[in-house]
Amino acid sequence: MNIVRILFSYIIFPGFIFSAVVGLFLTWIDRKVTARIHWRVGPPWFQPYADFLKLLLKETIIPEGSSKTLFFLGPLLGLVGMSILAVMLFSMNFYPAGSFVGDIIVIIYLLALPPIGIIIGGSASKNPLASVGASREMTQYFAYELPFLIVLATIILKAGGSIKFGDIVLAQQVQGPFLYSISGVIAAVVILLCVQAKLSFVPFDIPEAEQEIMAGPYIEYSGVALAIYKVTRAMMLFLLPLFLISILWGGFADWWAIPKFLLIIVLIVLMKNTNPRLRIDQALKFFWVGLGILSIIGLVLAFYGL
Amino acid sequence: MANPRLWGLKKSPWVFHVAAASCNNCDIEILDLLTPRWDIERFGIVLVGSPRHADALLVTGVLNRKNLPRVLRVYEQTPKPCLVIGIGTCTCHTHMFESSYNVVGPYDKYLPIDVYIPGCPPKPESMIMGVVKALKRL
Ligand code: SF4
Repeated sequence: MNIVRILFSYIIFPGFIFSAVVGLFLTWIDRKVTARIHWRVGPPWFQPYADFLKLLLKETIIPEGSSKTLFFLGPLLGLVGMSILAVMLFSMNFYPAGSFVGDIIVIIYLLALPPIGIIIGGSASKNPLASVGASREMTQYFAYELPFLIVLATIILKAGGSIKFGDIVLAQQVQGPFLYSISGVIAAVVILLCVQAKLSFVPFDIPEAEQEIMAGPYIEYSGVALAIYKVTRAMMLFLLPLFLISILWGGFADWWAIPKFLLIIVLIVLMKNTNPRLRIDQALKFFWVGLGILSIIGLVLAFYGL
Repeated sequence: MANPRLWGLKKSPWVFHVAAASCNNCDIEILDLLTPRWDIERFGIVLVGSPRHADALLVTGVLNRKNLPRVLRVYEQTPKPCLVIGIGTCTCHTHMFESSYNVVGPYDKYLPIDVYIPGCPPKPESMIMGVVKALKRL
């Protein structure tokens, strides 16, 4: 019985299928809003599902001379990481005091899986543009991870030194969301930009820069493998804002979570549509110098209880 | 919806642009097609940067000795099922380059072309009509 419940939660709700369906719908919202900003009509609502179905039923080509195992491991890693993350986020928010110990370190590792998958897949596909994309992905990962980790340290400090995810949610239910303080606002700004980079949206879509290196690490992928990458990206678009709400904005166990979630999505899409792409060295400087200093200021403020 | 494979292909044909030595007018018209004015994303059509992602190849220009192997290579790199759409009079026959020394002949000698869109260059409207016709024929 227990094993059935665990499998159900990982595969159907809130794991893979639920977050994939919601995530694909969010990619439609993203495309539609982008289209409206361009003064276009935009695709119909079923567009992401049609794309996904089509890719699933198409031929999958493995490039000659590439490692077959690594080539398929790349997309799968990200998908597995995101499914587990979905289960953790939901169980931590709805049963924060439950027996399931999910600490924030695990979440850092789970969030690292999609970029690692992209790096492995890109390097395995034996294409010069894919290698360039993979190396940029690696640089960008190290760039945004520094401010991201400092912000998480801020949050752990605010939650009274507990690294348990449930405790962070509980602490916010007791003393109000962490966002409503100076260090909370700084943390929110920094982490929103890190989320943008994690999603590789403009201005941080450097690894897949369409106009320079076509699709970067995805260039050799077709059919099912490409569909898995797309769906992982869609799940990230669903889960990262939820993660943001649960660490800064008081968790998503009540109805107020829906307007908060939509606000974050709109911010992300607007940022995506109003910015040019940075160069990789500019992004590195931005994250390490600019956001790094900002997040350290936030950490110090949080230390003094501001 | 009876055949999910066909439905998916019809609802989201991603196109890859194979510019096989065209005079560049057809290419410019294809770029026009992607502007907000014509907005082909309404039909789920997206321009992709890699033939591996493509469901339809838009070929333009005349085949010659130099680019024939490359065009064939791109066709082989595309996962099947895929459509080939010939844009411009150049792809229908060899057009005004008929008697040139390095032209190897019309496309249909080498590639299965699904729809020809004549015009020198064709208007974006007629390209949309051609793609719709090709999708209907499936
Ligand atoms: S059809 Fe006309 S416009 Fe198009 S490539 Fe040929 S010559 Fe140029």
